[in-house]
Amino acid sequence: MAKRSTPELNASSMADIAFLLLTFFLLTTTMDQNMGMPRRLPPLIEDEQEKPPEINKRNILQVRVNSMDLLLVNSKPMEVQLLKDEVKVFLSNPRNDADKPEKEVKNIELLGAVSVGKGVVSLQTDRGTSYKMYMAVQNEIMKAYAELRDEYAQQSRFQSTYAKLTEEQQEAVRGVYPLNISEAEPRDKGKKGR
Amino acid sequence: MKLIKKKKKSAGTYSSSSMSDIVFMLLFFFMVTTTMREEEINVEITLPEATEIAKIERKDLTCYINVGTPTSAFQRNYGTDTRMQLNDKFSSVDDIRDFVAAKREQLSEADRAQLTVAFKIDEQTRMGIVTDVKQELRRCQALRINYLANPPSKK
Repeated sequence: MAKRSTPELNASSMADIAFLLLTFFLLTTTMDQNMGMPRRLPPLIEDEQEKPPEINKRNILQVRVNSMDLLLVNSKPMEVQLLKDEVKVFLSNPRNDADKPEKEVKNIELLGAVSVGKGVVSLQTDRGTSYKMYMAVQNEIMKAYAELRDEYAQQSRFQSTYAKLTEEQQEAVRGVYPLNISEAEPRDKGKKGR
Repeated sequence: MKLIKKKKKSAGTYSSSSMSDIVFMLLFFFMVTTTMREEEINVEITLPEATEIAKIERKDLTCYINVGTPTSAFQRNYGTDTRMQLNDKFSSVDDIRDFVAAKREQLSEADRAQLTVAFKIDEQTRMGIVTDVKQELRRCQALRINYLANPPSKK
């Protein structure tokens, strides 16, 4: 009978302590997710190595941005919003024009023989170009690639959007439209940037 | 009436010990998911907007280069010109080499090639400094980069 009268441990303060810790972690937690555009830089070419081979002029789409954030595509002024369609037409070359990139038949796993364009987008900025403009241009070019890949994935034997494909299938589609963006050394015409 | 009164009294307390269990469960969840704020950013950064962006998968393999104008507290000492910040310190392009080397050192052998340098750059920054940073990274063989951006605000 004496055992029954032993006092129970009061556990209510445990909740208080736990709440205190909980609030601390709640406040210090950063839930922000960083979103970004992944890229690979080209490895540095040393002088001993050979210069990269010259690329045929028809295979290059020259995109230039000056220090006033104005865009020049193949010596034509252009608005950023229109760049996407220009890049798309350039890369896919639907009518096999003579001034657009040549195509080459390649054997790609899962897809078989596919004609792959040799187009390269060459992006040149000035040291005075704003980062905002640079990202806008990059974004348009990436959007063009994404749409081309998506369209290809839908009309290919996969019959589905690019996002829904498996890893291997995505790689195959990427092989049809490989990301070819070359970034030239910037000029220093408008002496704005330091 | 007497009977009812007695019953009410006996239903008085309930055990609150399981409350602490629930709270601890929540606590562990937050402890596990928390990533401590590693650095305070002393430069003003408004990221540009972009649509073709993806989440950074491996945060532990990522190091950040912040470029922007110093915040008002630091403008007296560092001016209002665009500055670069690495690990809480205002730095120059030459410091990138040590910064990348230190970060590589922390990673395991297998992960070293996966090291990604994320650019947190203010949208008003001129491309000159961005290019200098990229050239320096190429010299350091840190070729994986990531331009951080915000998804466009829906308005």
